[in-house]
Amino acid sequence: MLSVVLSIAFALVTAAIGLTFWRLLTGPDKPDRILALDTLYVNAIALLVLLGMHLDSALYFEAAILIAMMGFIGTVALCKYLLRGDIIE
Amino acid sequence: MLEITISVLILIGAIFTFIGSLGLARMPDFYTRLHGPTKATTIGVGSLLIASMIHFSTQDDGLSFHEVLVTLFLFITAPVSAHLLSKAALHLRIRSLSEPPPLVDAVDRDVLTNGEPLPRRSRAPRPNAHQSR
Repeated sequence: MLSVVLSIAFALVTAAIGLTFWRLLTGPDKPDRILALDTLYVNAIALLVLLGMHLDSALYFEAAILIAMMGFIGTVALCKYLLRGDIIE
Repeated sequence: MLEITISVLILIGAIFTFIGSLGLARMPDFYTRLHGPTKATTIGVGSLLIASMIHFSTQDDGLSFHEVLVTLFLFITAPVSAHLLSKAALHLRIRSLSEPPPLVDAVDRDVLTNGEPLPRRSRAPRPNAHQSR
């Protein structure tokens, strides 16, 4: 039962990544693209958690934590660049 | 029983993640698009992480606390990044679908007098106005 549900969840999260990637490519404005990148790393975290459950290995959480931190820093840096024209003043 | 719980949590998380990205792709406006992925972050990835925590805690080597770190970090950073994104969009003056709110004076006049112009202040009844005529 768990493997079937995991397959469905993989399919759903992959479809979510596809939709987010479409928004990243065709976003009309710059904040749309930044929002799509932000959503993309959250979806990548979900995919990594699912992979960790699928392979029965707790190794992938370190990668998930790293993606969470780096993604947040990237989003903040890009927004700061749009807001101020400079990142570190 | 445990497997059913984990499966239901995984399904809820995956469906919410998908709905968040669907909202990001389908909504007509940046400010409405901002709404979807924040829900995907909190409910979707949150319940996936709870499912993973139950899954790894019921295996041989005790409780697993890696997921709590990811959950805490995501729950703290999601509102901050959404706030910064909306600030950047407002700074760039990105069009919103909704009309801008009317001016405060117009709102007050419509509420007070049902759309008619305000009466002049000199027409207001003074306490001894009829005596002086």
